[in-house]
Amino acid sequence: MNNLNVAKIQLNGSPYEISSETNLNQLLNELKIKKDKVAIEVNGEIVEKNKYPTVVLNKDDKVEIVHFIGGG
Amino acid sequence: MQDVFTIANKNYKSRLIVGTGKYKDFKQTADAVKASGADIVTVAVRRVNISDKSQPLLMDYLNPKSITYLPNTAGCYTSDEALRTLRLAREIGDWKLVKLEVLGDKKTLYPNMIETIKSAEVLVKENFKVMVYCTDDPILSKKLEDVGVSAIMPLAAPIGSGIGIQNKTNITLIKEQSAVPVIVDAGVGTASDATIAMELGCDGVLINTAIAEAKNPVLMAESMKHAVIAGRKAYKAERMRKRKYGNPSSPQEYLI
Repeated sequence: MNNLNVAKIQLNGSPYEISSETNLNQLLNELKIKKDKVAIEVNGEIVEKNKYPTVVLNKDDKVEIVHFIGGG
Repeated sequence: MQDVFTIANKNYKSRLIVGTGKYKDFKQTADAVKASGADIVTVAVRRVNISDKSQPLLMDYLNPKSITYLPNTAGCYTSDEALRTLRLAREIGDWKLVKLEVLGDKKTLYPNMIETIKSAEVLVKENFKVMVYCTDDPILSKKLEDVGVSAIMPLAAPIGSGIGIQNKTNITLIKEQSAVPVIVDAGVGTASDATIAMELGCDGVLINTAIAEAKNPVLMAESMKHAVIAGRKAYKAERMRKRKYGNPSSPQEYLI
């Protein structure tokens, strides 16, 4: 409540601070991640890429950003 | 005559599919993949490392536009985990061809076939093209085919064991009864293991550890490429019959 302009979310299992009203496109820009290389889940629901600009994050949201790594 | 390898209505040149795990770095991964001649590589889905974004990305080394990415569910022990992983994989780049692998035991890494079949049913309904890692059990393989999977991938031996095909009879039975491709997945240790799988009539082989853990992975990748081609050609050529006793190769007439 001290600062209304920031919100704490859970990003890939760790606490992460964002400015209020941050949408997924802005979050990816901030993290310097290209959206064609990742998928995002917010509170257990996969978000389609075309909805990134309209999905605004709220306090305590659980966000998972995943990509491909080497595997067998 | 063209010997085409088709999975889910798409043709591939190479019958060798390679994994991209366990390599020293992405450069070595890319070099080994190139040497293997594989058209399809398996990849895992994991969290992006937020704290260290300087880490290189697999996609910078293996272009998904020129090689087919086959997202896997390695590390999943329940149907829910596997479904979540593959739905995320599909969202990354609209991937529909996926490798389903639901494990049942951390020590043997044996598949949990109950969870595997359950997952396959859901994935097929969601229009995924599912290639399934499974036990070398003909009845369960048939069940997977009935569910509508795109390829059946029985293990030769436990993942990463490198001990080769343990039950040739079962692999042959599975191949004989299947209308979809049968690809031996897991347990191959060296080139001859891959050749044997192909000689049994399998449509392809999936290899990761045998290449990545060789002292020279790039050379082993090249070796596996030739092993798969050799085994396939031997199968197509239809081998000679086995005899109990010797049979001279030189004419027995006009001996000096």
